[in-house]
Amino acid sequence: MLQQARSATVKKAPSPANEPVLALSGISKSFPGVRALSGVSLELYPGTVTALVGENGAGKSTLVKILTGIYQPDEGAIRLSGEEVSFPTAYDATQAGITAIHQETVLFDELSVAENIYLGHAPRGSLGLIDRARMNRDAAAVLKRIGAAIDPDARLRDLGIASKHLVAIARALSVEARMVIMDEPTAALSYKEIEELYALVERLKAEGKAILFISHKFDEIFRIADRYTVFRDGECVGAGLISETDHDALVRLMVGRPVGQIFPKRDVEIGEPVLTVSGYSHPTEFADIGFELKHGEILGFYGLVGAGRSELMQALFGVTKPSRGAVRIGGEVAVIRSPAEAIRRGIVYVPEERGRQGAIAGLPIFQNVTLPSLSRTSRRGFLRLAEEFKLARQYTSRLDLRAASLDRDVGTLSGGNQQKVVIAKWLATHPKVIILDEPTKGIDIGSKAAVHEFMSELVAEGLSIIMVSSEIPEVLGMSDRVIVMREGRIVGEYARKGLTAEMLVRAAAGIGGNDANRK
Amino acid sequence: MNAPSTGSGPRAIPDRLEGRWTSLFKSWETLLIAVAIVVFVVNALSSPYFLNAWNLSDATFNFTEKAMIAMAMALLIISGEIDLSVAAIIALASTAMGVALQYGAGTPELVLTGLLVGLLCGAFNGWLVTGLGLPSIVVTIGTMSLFRGIAYIILGDQAFTGYPPSFAWFGQGYVWWVISFELVLFAAIALFFGILLHWTSFGRTVYAIGNNPVGALFSGVRVGRTKFILFLMTGLMSGIAAICLTARLGSTRPSIAFGWELEVVTMVVLGGVSILGGSGGIPGVVIAAIIMGLVTFGFGLANVPGIVMSIFVGLLLITVIGAPMLWRRLKREHSA
Repeated sequence: MLQQARSATVKKAPSPANEPVLALSGISKSFPGVRALSGVSLELYPGTVTALVGENGAGKSTLVKILTGIYQPDEGAIRLSGEEVSFPTAYDATQAGITAIHQETVLFDELSVAENIYLGHAPRGSLGLIDRARMNRDAAAVLKRIGAAIDPDARLRDLGIASKHLVAIARALSVEARMVIMDEPTAALSYKEIEELYALVERLKAEGKAILFISHKFDEIFRIADRYTVFRDGECVGAGLISETDHDALVRLMVGRPVGQIFPKRDVEIGEPVLTVSGYSHPTEFADIGFELKHGEILGFYGLVGAGRSELMQALFGVTKPSRGAVRIGGEVAVIRSPAEAIRRGIVYVPEERGRQGAIAGLPIFQNVTLPSLSRTSRRGFLRLAEEFKLARQYTSRLDLRAASLDRDVGTLSGGNQQKVVIAKWLATHPKVIILDEPTKGIDIGSKAAVHEFMSELVAEGLSIIMVSSEIPEVLGMSDRVIVMREGRIVGEYARKGLTAEMLVRAAAGIGGNDANRK
Repeated sequence: MNAPSTGSGPRAIPDRLEGRWTSLFKSWETLLIAVAIVVFVVNALSSPYFLNAWNLSDATFNFTEKAMIAMAMALLIISGEIDLSVAAIIALASTAMGVALQYGAGTPELVLTGLLVGLLCGAFNGWLVTGLGLPSIVVTIGTMSLFRGIAYIILGDQAFTGYPPSFAWFGQGYVWWVISFELVLFAAIALFFGILLHWTSFGRTVYAIGNNPVGALFSGVRVGRTKFILFLMTGLMSGIAAICLTARLGSTRPSIAFGWELEVVTMVVLGGVSILGGSGGIPGVVIAAIIMGLVTFGFGLANVPGIVMSIFVGLLLITVIGAPMLWRRLKREHSA
């Protein structure tokens, strides 16, 4: 079946370049509490690279999932060469000639390279068994096409991370496709491998494929893309030819709305340093980190996904072990080996992965709140439920939690309310420093504002906050000072005054003069 | 599901929606008590020998030793781990006591040997799981063969006998009238684990770990230490069970307590502990132990061969693990 489909797509004459091979119009998609996409359009042309740009949460991933048949749009039309189609399953999208190279591709360590490339569509022999010889031959051909010197017979486990990425690309191209979606394909690659990827994109272009290229890196967008589309808050805010725009115009489109009024940051007197980090390094995730956090300060950490911000925070919280460096709390050297120790020292961490690391679904709300404070609510190791309810009520009511009762399973709450429970849990421990990792990711607008309002209240009460965020308006609106990280290092530090979105985006993506790392 | 509340003032969230009695009535434990009563009545009707104080007292020996282990195993399974080597620990502890007996050990030394071997085996399991980070189901299948294998090497096809009468009291003695020492010991152990699990902060962390080990770690729970203690306690309970069983039988063979790990796990799961971890409690496991003891005794009175009992345990294990999952799936399909 697949064989027929493949030859059919190959034989079809390439459509003229002025007609889109794929056109989306008026696509909307909502999730409970969030409108991820509202009425967006996108066109892909053969032999053309279209860059899709937007902040985290702008709706890019949702669009990719619609294109690959994982989500169904609520409204709107998908036209393939002018004909209206739908992709009820991932298989249908593949059949239509759409293939995707994801940021983090799922591959199988214990299988060979060829098996990984052809899993699910391996060439069959006479008895319906896999034709290994042909599979290896075909795999070698695909690998050669993308310029990868990898033995098809090698076990995937034995390859490095970059080679694995090339295998993922080979897998995507082993299906004869007319449209290739690349979702931040260079995020995990080194400089040399990125060059090879660019060459590959050029080859695909020459073959007449339509390419959707998602990236945060402006240098590569301007280098390889022909067209651009900008998403902001689930809407399409601009599209056109790359040759007719520039960095600044694109950044402005991306950031858009006027920043500053919607965030209730109050002026708080900044005091003495409470947390000092110096020479802090990890074997793989971050290197040579040094910064100070002052009393009553909100310190923002901005950077692209994978810049090492979460890893740094988790090391400060005692989850992962740093290889070098020192941490001082209130001038005193502190060695933090476990979260329990961090909590005792007054450092707490609200994780980005709320479901896995933050809330404990299965336990009631009040037990989630009191878990790190059990030594206070219990007497000689024995629980006192009345004390627990009292503590839980005190902190959840401060955060305006919406729930039917405090003995409800926390897993039944919405994302925003779960986040409130996690924050309540930490406030109950009376921390000095609270680290918020993407505190408003995936929660509705109302809860977002409540979390921001609350951050202001906390610093007014004398807490210090580290806020890791990839949302520029949030970083600009809430931080007294912003540190930008890229590839595991601090590449910039900015005071609140005079800081613009453009400056952050440039530093995080490595554009412009202050870039000492590249070249 | 809930009616949207009107007004925007600070709302008071109630502590509980249902009273404690309402939730008790709906619980798995209530169902178990009903089952226990049915089994009791059926036994009483089918055999004239059942309703006799001494026969009933005998019936308790069918579950007391296994149930002691089940108490610790319940906490271990709630925390998301399992120990399948418990029966093999009994064999090794019993063999060690037999060896100690050959070297002239008295009753106190024998008891000490049993407890110590149990603790050491538990510590070994705990170290492999928490220290090396290996999955407990694999580790304890391995140590199950290892511990019993050592017992076989030491004993061959022989048996240790000749335990002193003062030692035999641990398995055959009565505290008062028909109340055996084993029954009293089990009651004390059940009380201890019940309080530990339900009324202490240690017990709360066990539930937290079982529901989300990463989340518990990120909340400052010392996950590794807690799990190690649970393996240690399971080993210790196996050692205590080994003392009682050896004393009751008066001999040690390498095949002692063969297959008990499955009956212990069945008791725990029948008692309402989720095999996936995170939920369940001690009262349910105690009732489940009594039910299994009564069924075994009933089969014995009706002259049902032992292999049928083994088939019954197997079916029961599959049913109690499968039924809640099927129930949830049905409920989801109906609501969708």
